[in-house]
Amino acid sequence: MGKDKSSVVPAPTQRKKRGVLETLWRYRVLELMCLPAVVFFFLFSYMPMPGIWVAFVDYRYDKGIFHSPFVGLKNFEFLATSGKLFELTKNTVLYNLAFIILGNFLAIFVAILLNEMRSKWFKKVSQTMMFLPYFISQVLVGILVYNLLNYDYGFVNSVLTKLGMEKWGPYSDPSVWPVLLVVIHLWQQTGYNSVVYFAAIMGIDSEIIEAARVDGANGFQKIRYIILPGLRPTLVILLLFAMGGIVRGNFGLFYNVIGTNSLLFPTTDIIETYVYRAAVSDFNFARASSVGLYQSIIGFIMVMLSNFVVKKIEPDYSLF
Amino acid sequence: MAKKKDMDLMESGAKVKIGVSDMIIRGIGYVLVTFYALACVFPFLIIVGTSFTSESVIRAEGVQLIPKEATLQAYNMVIRGGLIWKSYGLTITLTLCGTLLGLGIIAMTGYALQRKDFPLRNGISFYIYFTSLFSAGLAPYYLLMTQTYHLKDSYLAVFLPLLMSPWLIILMKNFVKAIPHEITESGKIDGAGDMKIFVDLILPMLKPALATIGLFLALGYWNEWYQSSLFLSSRVAVKPLQYQLYKVVNEAQSLKNSIAGQFVTQTDIPTESLKMATAILATGPIVFLYPFVQKYFIGGITVGAVKG
Repeated sequence: MGKDKSSVVPAPTQRKKRGVLETLWRYRVLELMCLPAVVFFFLFSYMPMPGIWVAFVDYRYDKGIFHSPFVGLKNFEFLATSGKLFELTKNTVLYNLAFIILGNFLAIFVAILLNEMRSKWFKKVSQTMMFLPYFISQVLVGILVYNLLNYDYGFVNSVLTKLGMEKWGPYSDPSVWPVLLVVIHLWQQTGYNSVVYFAAIMGIDSEIIEAARVDGANGFQKIRYIILPGLRPTLVILLLFAMGGIVRGNFGLFYNVIGTNSLLFPTTDIIETYVYRAAVSDFNFARASSVGLYQSIIGFIMVMLSNFVVKKIEPDYSLF
Repeated sequence: MAKKKDMDLMESGAKVKIGVSDMIIRGIGYVLVTFYALACVFPFLIIVGTSFTSESVIRAEGVQLIPKEATLQAYNMVIRGGLIWKSYGLTITLTLCGTLLGLGIIAMTGYALQRKDFPLRNGISFYIYFTSLFSAGLAPYYLLMTQTYHLKDSYLAVFLPLLMSPWLIILMKNFVKAIPHEITESGKIDGAGDMKIFVDLILPMLKPALATIGLFLALGYWNEWYQSSLFLSSRVAVKPLQYQLYKVVNEAQSLKNSIAGQFVTQTDIPTESLKMATAILATGPIVFLYPFVQKYFIGGITVGAVKG
């Protein structure tokens, strides 16, 4: 169909008659080039899919997924009636909303400020410093936070003690973590996220900025009327795509910072951490899988919705 | 580059003055950016400080930015314990092999899927992309890996899943897109096969893409702890570096094991400084390398961020 452009070698008259097998054979090299990836995704992404069945059975280790007794939606019933599903969803969505909204706001802010800097040296050094948190493992993030905040000898408390003030114990106080986790997330991601906006600012025609300046626009007006509107398409697209992932939590952050501290779970337990504990610590695969399936379905719907909206607004950027 | 133009304009156009508002913005900018940049680095400095602080000082006064009594005891213990070197060896092996293999597969796939004449390109693209839209979730994945593939306690369970991701393949496709189709055409006219075209003509042009995606892969392997935490039990003595770090920090027994040998009987192990020394050793190479590779990441973000 669309292969006319490339068929330089065979005579054009023979083209129509080619059968499916012949076409497959003709592109065997390209097919082989894709084969490892195709096999990879088959083994690690498609093969687990039949196992979703475990969400509908009373899983018995000795019988395996497909021979355990079928219980229908009983696993979901428990999760829904106990309020657990609602709590997990609420935590996950609220954290993500804070991450997305504040994250983009801060990233834009940093990008605009960086753009105003005239010293190349300063720009380079500060950007490198801001990038550091992105390169480290989530394990180290957990350690950094613990080293700062723990009650016995954390840095914050050693400063508070020196100042003659009372110690602070966030690891036994669930109410402070929504703020702390958002701060930690922003700390780790903003350097990275600001790059996209920085690039978008670079993409704004500098002649427009120059013209505005000649017309007497001051620095604030330049930002308000040229740079911010210039960033709007990028922001809208990034926000919409982020909405697609609204029920997918940042597992590494929560697992490494909160870990198994069940005292903090009321405000910090998200879908991923619950599923992980249910599967890996409690071996309750049926429950883990029900929550996981619920998340996958909502997540799928959200991606489809956000892509649908992107397609309406900015067809060039839609995923499919 | 646009920046440079901007600066030239400013210098040449003498009539353009820097207004008060520019000064204010710039002033605020320098202050806030400096503050934020320091905040990004600060927690690391505390860890460095702690790793050199003697345990008695930590217990009495808490962790220190500048150690009161500097000591190398913690580093001595970790380094002589020897387990950290084995973890290094394992992580370096995984990183090198995984990055090279993953990069090869991703590049081939990215090229084939960007070939406009390849009839299966849309089908395979969707097949790969779909996995990022819908996944079976952790529990079925875990059961499959452990009970069907029998990969519990196998390094393959860590090595294989990190080889590629839909996102990296899409990123590669976006890089390949920038290469004119005429290059492939000219190769065909010269009678070269697809593989030869890919290796001789396309790959050399993909150097920036290979650097960027290779670094994403390498970072993934170096920082890996998740698959290890799922699949490597305590029966596996040598763990990847970050997971080893996780163990040392979260389990007293692992901390003891990491310095086993000459120190087993000691009850006064310098717990906190040991943890921090391990953290420094596990992170060190990244911190030294990343300023040099940062630009490739920035390239990758701008190519791959918005357009999927």
